[in-house]
Amino acid sequence: MIAESFSVEKGDYLRAGEASTKMKNMLKKLGIGGSVLRRISVAAYEVEMNLVIHSLGGTLSIDLDGDYIWLVSEDIGPGIPDIESAMREGYSTADEIAQGMGFGAGMGIPNMKRNADVFEIESEPNKGTKIKMGFLMGGGKSE
Amino acid sequence: MKVNELSKLINAKNLHDIGLENEVKSGYTCDLLSWVMARGNEGCAWVTVQTHMNVVAVASLKEMACIILPDDITMEEAPLNKAKEEGVAVLSSPLSAYSICAKMAKAGLPSC
Repeated sequence: MIAESFSVEKGDYLRAGEASTKMKNMLKKLGIGGSVLRRISVAAYEVEMNLVIHSLGGTLSIDLDGDYIWLVSEDIGPGIPDIESAMREGYSTADEIAQGMGFGAGMGIPNMKRNADVFEIESEPNKGTKIKMGFLMGGGKSE
Repeated sequence: MKVNELSKLINAKNLHDIGLENEVKSGYTCDLLSWVMARGNEGCAWVTVQTHMNVVAVASLKEMACIILPDDITMEEAPLNKAKEEGVAVLSSPLSAYSICAKMAKAGLPSC
């Protein structure tokens, strides 16, 4: 089992994307490539950006376990009040700064769900959100 | 088509000299990053007016061939250095996004 975790800070747009890029490079070195690597990269980037834009900060971790690569995001709040809406394409609560940079298309969580073979989300208002995604190493979904 | 051939086709300036041999397989234009994350492909030439660090992250994670900035837009040094590090070419063209896409389509590049 190989695991690594990265901390992601609220509003840190300059470093945003760094954790996903590091994860991608790490997986590449382990010989993971092609479609599964691209799907993980998209999901990792979207979840990292969600931490930057919406959370008060959190961690992103990756874990290789048996047939799956697990990507887990855990933050310290503020939680998603309406998960059902957040799962819908086009729904966004991103602020003006984020929108001006081209975020807030309302595709974040839908993009994660589309790319992951396993997708679980738990969120509690004023506590935090945990997203767990699994990617089947030998095959899984197509892009 | 290679990036340096595409660069000539759209009268672009190469903002750094890395990635010019990348193979361009398709073209796309959009300024919403998640939209591009969902629809962009590996080998894509992506036309956007966004020039910040995250544009480079998206292009690199999707293994795109190049970023094309229309209307003579340029990119600041920090994202440019990052693009260089990641092997993503960055072109700046005097043409509009519309004209760049029209030229790419005419040259036979499909949409992502």
